[in-house]
Amino acid sequence: MSFGNEAGPAGAVGIWDRITIGQKRVIWAWAFLAVPIVFYVGIRFYPTFQAFWLSFTNWDLLRPARFIGLANYQRMWGDPQFWQVFRNTFAYLIIGTPISLVVSFVIAYYLDRVRFMHGFIRALYFLPFLTTAAAMAWVWRWFYQPVPIGIINSFLANFGLPSQPFLRSTEQALPAIMVTAIWAGLGFQIIIFMAGLRAIPQTFYEAARIDGLGEWAILRKITLPLLKPTTVFLVVFSSIGFLRIFDQVYNMTTNDPGGPLNSTKPLVLLIYQTAFSSYDMGYAAAQTVVLFTILLVVSLLQLWVLRNR
Amino acid sequence: MQREGIAIAACKGIKEVSMRNRFTLAGLAAGVSMMAMGSAQAVEIEYWQYVFDSRVQAMDQLIANFEAANPGITVRHVTFPYADYQTRVTAAKLAGQGPDVVQLFYGWLDNFVAGELIQPLNPDVFPHEEIESEFFPIVGAMKRGEDYYGLPTAVRSLALFYNKQLFDEAGLDPDNPPQTLEELLAAAEATVKRDGAGNIISVGLAMGMAAQDHHWWREGLIRQFGGQAYSDDGRTVAYNDDAGLAATSWQADLYNTHGVTQIGFMDEPQAAFRAGLAAMSIDGTFRLGAFNAIESFEWGVTELPANADGYRSNYASYFANAIGASASGDELEAAEKFLAYISSEEAMEVWLDIVGELPARQSAALTEENLSHPVYAPFLKGLEYAHTTVFVDEAAQRQVAIDMEARMSIQGQDPADALAEAAAAEQAILDNFYSR
Repeated sequence: MSFGNEAGPAGAVGIWDRITIGQKRVIWAWAFLAVPIVFYVGIRFYPTFQAFWLSFTNWDLLRPARFIGLANYQRMWGDPQFWQVFRNTFAYLIIGTPISLVVSFVIAYYLDRVRFMHGFIRALYFLPFLTTAAAMAWVWRWFYQPVPIGIINSFLANFGLPSQPFLRSTEQALPAIMVTAIWAGLGFQIIIFMAGLRAIPQTFYEAARIDGLGEWAILRKITLPLLKPTTVFLVVFSSIGFLRIFDQVYNMTTNDPGGPLNSTKPLVLLIYQTAFSSYDMGYAAAQTVVLFTILLVVSLLQLWVLRNR
Repeated sequence: MQREGIAIAACKGIKEVSMRNRFTLAGLAAGVSMMAMGSAQAVEIEYWQYVFDSRVQAMDQLIANFEAANPGITVRHVTFPYADYQTRVTAAKLAGQGPDVVQLFYGWLDNFVAGELIQPLNPDVFPHEEIESEFFPIVGAMKRGEDYYGLPTAVRSLALFYNKQLFDEAGLDPDNPPQTLEELLAAAEATVKRDGAGNIISVGLAMGMAAQDHHWWREGLIRQFGGQAYSDDGRTVAYNDDAGLAATSWQADLYNTHGVTQIGFMDEPQAAFRAGLAAMSIDGTFRLGAFNAIESFEWGVTELPANADGYRSNYASYFANAIGASASGDELEAAEKFLAYISSEEAMEVWLDIVGELPARQSAALTEENLSHPVYAPFLKGLEYAHTTVFVDEAAQRQVAIDMEARMSIQGQDPADALAEAAAAEQAILDNFYSR
């Protein structure tokens, strides 16, 4: 025992003394980095690769997984429900992202100029972002009900307008849910946009005004270009959000999740159902791989389109 | 052998109990402290069920009773949210830490057996002839091949709930609810309310396949119109025929032609009924807890309406308790004792009191008191002519019915086409399951 105690530190000190300060820094840096790296490899990357492997199997939780090659992907290719869900997911993305960005920019742009009760108004916009998605979705679900309990339909009825089915319609349900998702994310986007607006030096505006530029020209030539990093961030962030939409849809259609007739079902909800109500883990993993690929491609594409030239 | 000794001891203590009936004895003996002497060392077993307040409360009480009678055995009560209950059971099996006694919906049995999550009941402890003579016949849904895989504490059936106040307002006799399908339609037509623009503001009959209507359709209406939903072996969809079409059209006409209801009104039928905005609603025993809290109006229950020939048909279902695949040795023995106790008459009475679900043993259910009970009686009568659908994937098969309803109610699809499409979709689910 005593021999070990003497020899151990002595040897370690010897090596530690011989290396340079620069090398020591590197060692320390890696020692600290090791923690998140181990965490990410264990918690994130390993399951990701596991999902890729599972997508080539017929695992159903109960029986051992068997390799079945590309059968899950072939099945997906011929599955009309998958394509319907695929279209829905892109509808959420392609309609939701631009609308939410334009609306939040307009609000941020004007809110930035409001001095009267500025903090209060900003807090009002931010409030939905703080609220639990499930609670919010349930409130909206009741808003959309037919008369006598649905507020929106009661309002329409007061003006003699025909009542709308909203969530009970294959055409209206998806937009109706999208409105709530946009509304829920608005507060966050407004705050980020306002931070971006504040970061633009006032001197630019002063110079432009002295040069006699109109408001529209200032917006186009100064505000929007200088706001680009913020916009890129929000486009990517909101796109990923819409591609992964789940809580709003699930909570607003719990009786028939993703319904009616799959008209509101996004990919994540399909994956959830395939995995946890049909226990078709292999097929669900294949769907996950597709979602992963879409997210990757869309994000890279946006970064490339909006890159700094 | 030890168990046999206890049984005999218990038998001597309780007069006139047949010897071969160890299963009943185990239940009865659980209430007798004599049983305790047999258990030499302490055994802990785990009991799993999903979270539902009254069920958890009832089980806690049963466990307390059982432990008092069996000092050597402790039961750990583990609960999970319903939504991920099955996943937890499966995951625990993979991890080699399954429960000793586990609750499952009868419709999950095939999956639980295929996944080797549970083991067949030992016929020496739970004799088949006794199960078959003492439980309601629907317990047969727990049998695969020659083995029973579980026993229910309580069973559920459907009945027609009606709002006496709305009946009164519409000039109907609140003590004389509809007894036939024709009377049901007439009552619904009399009680539905609309605003000036023609929007329904209170429905005659609250409906929705997402709730209980798919059971009413499968095991009630289709049979009443002369058909049957599946072939006898359960492998083939049989409702896509004239009888099935007649039943489906009759049900769809309630919202499409007669306008006595609206699918999705107040979101869920039970919400509409509870709010007093539905004159009638078809629902199960499990809803009694929620409806008992209604204070703003009086409601009644009657049997599901008969067809023109007086033929009635009902749907019954249940959660059963089974023994986990990993239980063996002392734990298996303790698990068998516990299962025997929670399937005993005594346990069923506790369950009825706390949860409101009907006893699964005929002797405990069909008592004078229950049969004259205004609320329990219609459900109990329903059990006599109830059928139990053998589901292979309950959620997916229900979805087929929901989608069929949505195509008829939202897209105006013809019932014949809607039914054919549903039959094809459901057959695919059955084929997929049985081909594995």
